[in-house]
Amino acid sequence: MATRVGIEVSIAIADAVKLANPDVVAAYPITPQTHIVEHLAELVANGELDAEYIPVESEHSAMSACLGSAAAGARTFTATASQGLALMNEVVYVAAPMRLPIIMAVANRALSSPLSIWCDHSDLMSVRDTGWIQIIAENGQQCVDNIICAFRIGEDQRVLLPVMVHLDGFTLTHVIEPITFPEQSDVDKFLPPYKFPMPLNPDKPVAMGDFAPPVIFTETKWAQEMNIRASKKVVVEVWDKYEKAFGRKYSPVEKHHSDGAKVVLMTMGSVGETASVAIDEMRDEGQDVGQIRLRLWRPFPFEELRETLKDTDVLIVLDRAISFGGPGGPVASEVKAAFYDQAKKPRIVSFVGGLGGRDITVAGFKDMVKKGTEIAKSGSKNEYEIYGVRE
Amino acid sequence: MEKYAVYVPRLVKKRENFAPGHRACIGCGEALAVRLAFKALDNNVVVTNATGCIEIIASQLPFTTWHLPWIHTLFENAAAVASGIEAGYKAMKRKGMAVPENAKVVAIGGDGATSDIGLQAISGALERGHDFTYICFDNEAYMNTGIQRSSATPFGAATTTSPAGKKSFGQFSWKKNMPEIAAAHNIPYVATATHGYPFDLMAKVRKAVDTPGPAYVHILSVCPTGWRSATDTVNRQSRLAVQTGVFPLYEVENGQYKMSINLPKLRPVKDYLKIQGRFRHLSDDIIQQIQERVELEYQKLLEKANNVTKRAKSKSKTGTAKASAR
Repeated sequence: MATRVGIEVSIAIADAVKLANPDVVAAYPITPQTHIVEHLAELVANGELDAEYIPVESEHSAMSACLGSAAAGARTFTATASQGLALMNEVVYVAAPMRLPIIMAVANRALSSPLSIWCDHSDLMSVRDTGWIQIIAENGQQCVDNIICAFRIGEDQRVLLPVMVHLDGFTLTHVIEPITFPEQSDVDKFLPPYKFPMPLNPDKPVAMGDFAPPVIFTETKWAQEMNIRASKKVVVEVWDKYEKAFGRKYSPVEKHHSDGAKVVLMTMGSVGETASVAIDEMRDEGQDVGQIRLRLWRPFPFEELRETLKDTDVLIVLDRAISFGGPGGPVASEVKAAFYDQAKKPRIVSFVGGLGGRDITVAGFKDMVKKGTEIAKSGSKNEYEIYGVRE
Repeated sequence: MEKYAVYVPRLVKKRENFAPGHRACIGCGEALAVRLAFKALDNNVVVTNATGCIEIIASQLPFTTWHLPWIHTLFENAAAVASGIEAGYKAMKRKGMAVPENAKVVAIGGDGATSDIGLQAISGALERGHDFTYICFDNEAYMNTGIQRSSATPFGAATTTSPAGKKSFGQFSWKKNMPEIAAAHNIPYVATATHGYPFDLMAKVRKAVDTPGPAYVHILSVCPTGWRSATDTVNRQSRLAVQTGVFPLYEVENGQYKMSINLPKLRPVKDYLKIQGRFRHLSDDIIQQIQERVELEYQKLLEKANNVTKRAKSKSKTGTAKASAR
């Protein structure tokens, strides 16, 4: 029987990692990721998790050690946030083309400067093009479920790609939530033992990470692109299997009263739950509004998004990051790209808010939908609207 | 030469782990040193390679020079990748999963990858005590990118970023002492070697890899392209580096220093400097400075080695013959 407990989300993530039985955890502490790796170190120290915990001297080495252990054929996990993710950036890029299915939790936090330990998605956007599969969790339960799914997705022989599970720093990492844990035996059934097809092994030498001259580089990158695009099918398949085994359903674009709604609010991450409350209240007031949440950030779910929004007139997208001097919120600009050459498309309004841990309340979301609807009618000279700024 | 043909096959096995056909420059001392280092080992070795000359010359897709499992990821992280491989094998073995028997992890990098950009990762891996060997193939500048100075470039050497000019005599700082930095981590084995002394080099690499825990070997590798020297004198340059005291050969085993070659008298550094174009511009003044510094450093090293000998002797007198390990 699955058990439901009240538990801090970071601890729950570590427990979910334990259920996946990794062989190596290499990590460096950074707020607000610390509780995840502290608890993993504790599980290893108590003999509850049989793994090597490598307390590396930087995030750069954390991801580098992960490359090594995954290449050796070991199931590998790490976690980081913000500056840590920025420091390991060049190593993050290496994992996907080398087909090393490392799993990483990212406790989303603003990037300096000024220094902020609180949540936004500037770190998340800094790794957008690294070739990792990226799942966005919205609450503690989703973190636990998707950590387990991430191992199965990444290690699928058709995929063999690293997977990031993003969760909002503090808003999720440091709160206690009721979470249902699957039984170890059921996880063991769901997640087959990891078998890397070409590990480093003197009995069968392989060369990994050769350099590629112009005559072959484009082919390696195209292979990588085909690989991650094809992985979407497996992501959906694994989520379907997870639903069958554990009863909780995930999909690339999740709907909340969005079918047929003329005005839809799009969110990514933990603000989605607050936004839902706002949407519910507005519907009770008789307004024709709905909400979608982006669960799968990479590979980007173009088809699902177009299908979901086929009857929508106005789409309001909230981003928690700025592309400085650019076209607006990074999520909004991708959504716009997804619709640009479609015959029928919603009017897309881009908002940026919730930077560096600033809350957006229920009233705030209502206000945002109202303003967004007005802008959709009247137009705006701005590329995007910054929400709640004091000028 | 006849004798060479008789004796060498008994000392060295025929099998190459680093095959011919790579793209190194003519007379590359580093390729020679790499070949010797891995010839000294069996084939139960996994290599993690930092970006640099050796990585570039030996791994163009879809070819490889290596007969060993080999991984290259980035410039500054070979030691961290090695940590991961070692930990991965260790965990999988403990959990009863299939892992190669007795596999040894060897990380290799140039002097830039080792004493500059990768120093932190190396320090971390040595400090954590992973069972691996790090070998630095030191050709004393960033040769792969076009002979830029590193912290391992010797005082006075002209490179493309420490050029000699009206107001410059070339490299303005003294070579970073990487073997001493490694030894300061109190690891069980540190050694220096160079390809001009091939059997010494091979013995040290073998010893390093056989030592449980972290080991560090620093191999001076002559680069005729970057040193502006003749390609047919690379081994002579290597031997002169040792005989002048510029690059002393020694081991630090469990903290105990031991000189590898007994040199009753050092040759003048000028003998080493004058055959390399990178030192061509040096004035007698600067050469004298180098001479004094080399003698000083050599003396410091001798004292460390002598102290060990004295301590060992005094201990054996008092009956405690067993030197404490660490």
